[in-house]
Amino acid sequence: MTIPPLTAAPPAVPSGAGRRGAARRPSSLQRRRGRLGAVLVLPAVVLLGVFFVWPLIRTVVMSLQEYPLLGKPTFTGFSNYSDAFHDQDFLSAIKFTLIYTVVTTPVLLAVGLLLASLVRRNTRGARVFQTIFFLPVVIGLASASYLWLFLWQSDIGPVTDLLDKAGLLDSSNNLFAHPGPAFLIVLGTVTWKVAGLQMLLLLSGMQSIPVEVNEAAMVDGSSRRQLFRYITLPLLRPTLALVLVFSVAGSLLAFDQFYIMTGGGPGNSTVTGVYQIYRVSFVQFHLGYGAALSILLMIGLGIVSCVQMLLLRNVDNA
Amino acid sequence: MSAVAAPAPAPARPGAGRTPKSRLLPPIAWWVVCVCLAILFLYPLYVLVTQSIKSPAEAAQTPPTLFPHSFSLQNFKDLGTDQGGLSLVKSIWNSLYISVLATVLTVVVSTLAGYAFARLPFRGSRIIFFVTLITFMVPFQAIITPLFLTLKSLGLQNNLTGLALVIATFNLPFGIFVMRNSFSSVPATLEEAALIDGASTFMAFRRIMLPLALPGVVSTGLLTFFAAWNEFFASLILITDQTKYTLPVSLGILSAGQNNAVNWGLLEAGVLVTVLPCVVIYLVLQKYYVAGLLSGAVK
Repeated sequence: MTIPPLTAAPPAVPSGAGRRGAARRPSSLQRRRGRLGAVLVLPAVVLLGVFFVWPLIRTVVMSLQEYPLLGKPTFTGFSNYSDAFHDQDFLSAIKFTLIYTVVTTPVLLAVGLLLASLVRRNTRGARVFQTIFFLPVVIGLASASYLWLFLWQSDIGPVTDLLDKAGLLDSSNNLFAHPGPAFLIVLGTVTWKVAGLQMLLLLSGMQSIPVEVNEAAMVDGSSRRQLFRYITLPLLRPTLALVLVFSVAGSLLAFDQFYIMTGGGPGNSTVTGVYQIYRVSFVQFHLGYGAALSILLMIGLGIVSCVQMLLLRNVDNA
Repeated sequence: MSAVAAPAPAPARPGAGRTPKSRLLPPIAWWVVCVCLAILFLYPLYVLVTQSIKSPAEAAQTPPTLFPHSFSLQNFKDLGTDQGGLSLVKSIWNSLYISVLATVLTVVVSTLAGYAFARLPFRGSRIIFFVTLITFMVPFQAIITPLFLTLKSLGLQNNLTGLALVIATFNLPFGIFVMRNSFSSVPATLEEAALIDGASTFMAFRRIMLPLALPGVVSTGLLTFFAAWNEFFASLILITDQTKYTLPVSLGILSAGQNNAVNWGLLEAGVLVTVLPCVVIYLVLQKYYVAGLLSGAVK
């Protein structure tokens, strides 16, 4: 399960053998193989072209149009974009998405790190716990949401019932009707579902730290805490960057859990960015406007991911 | 980050262990913490199973019972009956259809492309590979509207095959990446030896390369299957006809309830049907699943 330190740029991926072959003088055999290569890549190119590149281009074009579901689209320039900056529904959805991301990310990372440092030992017990903590990861987010929706129902929900018996809350109270509790339940669901993945990634990052480094530090008399602070954490930085980028992107694109558990409520208080795009495009059928919101979301996500990568990678060099 | 340093109040003496086995806690405390967390992680699954196998009457009972007093498969049988025009058994087949089709497509297409990118370089192949990787960065939620329109102009709107094509496409970058790395890690001399011995490129691929890259194939297949089986957003938007709903979307109709009453036994039985294959496959093929996840993550 050891993985090499993070290599984000595709060219950096070691592919020694293949490159060496290409560097030789092209023979007729190699040209033939090259032609075959082009043929083999073709299906992938067609699929990605039709279902990715073309829709992507179309999103850009649509975002500049008034595009009703029926009838002809009309070109409206950047008015969709300028509308977006005055659209209270969209702005509050973005605000909520950011709050959700800022709250979720550290919680997930803390739980992931806790789990990883707990099961980071080579015993049978630790491996069993690894499997258990990872189990919810393989369950779909939608399934997890239906399950947690039931757990926290008023009256019939097993968790609400337990907490009622413990005197912590009144089980007849519908928790999903209050923004705070609804938010916390979604947070719980996502933590349960995703923490195991973070654990796994962090664990494999920890295992790629050479044993000699730890041994050297211990010989020099460093304590556990020092070891973690000065050896594990810095060497784990590439993995932490990866985990953070994943988890932030996932949170910024949150949809399933809110659609299923809160329906955006109570009172639109838990509508996320993707949820708002869904509403604009597929409930109100303003397809052009929805496309403009999508572009804005894409740009925002791209900026956040790049900033994260730059920040987390460059501290090392500084 | 300090959250982890916190539960380590007793730093082990350096002499306590030569290799870092992370003795953050004394053994008994470690077991207590891990068992408590395990209970926390397994409890929702325990509720899922027990709620589904309760009799419908007990499943609808308040307050809920912690241990089922009755055992019944009625909830699973009810999956087969009509739920206000919605057949969940049909939904299960729909889910299975898109998952299998998307998985086969992704595996075949990304194996071919991955092999070409690793071993059959042609002019522009590096650029195409790079463009493929960029797809990783773009969330498909952002282009779902034009996807909807593209499917419509291809005559694939509201069509499970169309949905499978879309899901396959969005798993391709990952698959191509994993397969290219799998083929790249096979020593070039192996294939060259086969070619010198007179094997055709196809034979060398079939007999030498493919068997050695098989773990990559399995990982790609597993991850695509899981993604397709659990896909919610794309299915919700691209399929508008109830008879073609996939299971995760159909369950949404159940959870919205009929006449303001949700049949929780039935709903959780449906959730169990979506969860069980994933759990079983994961437990059996854990090695490949984890390997695939990690090799895809370290992009």
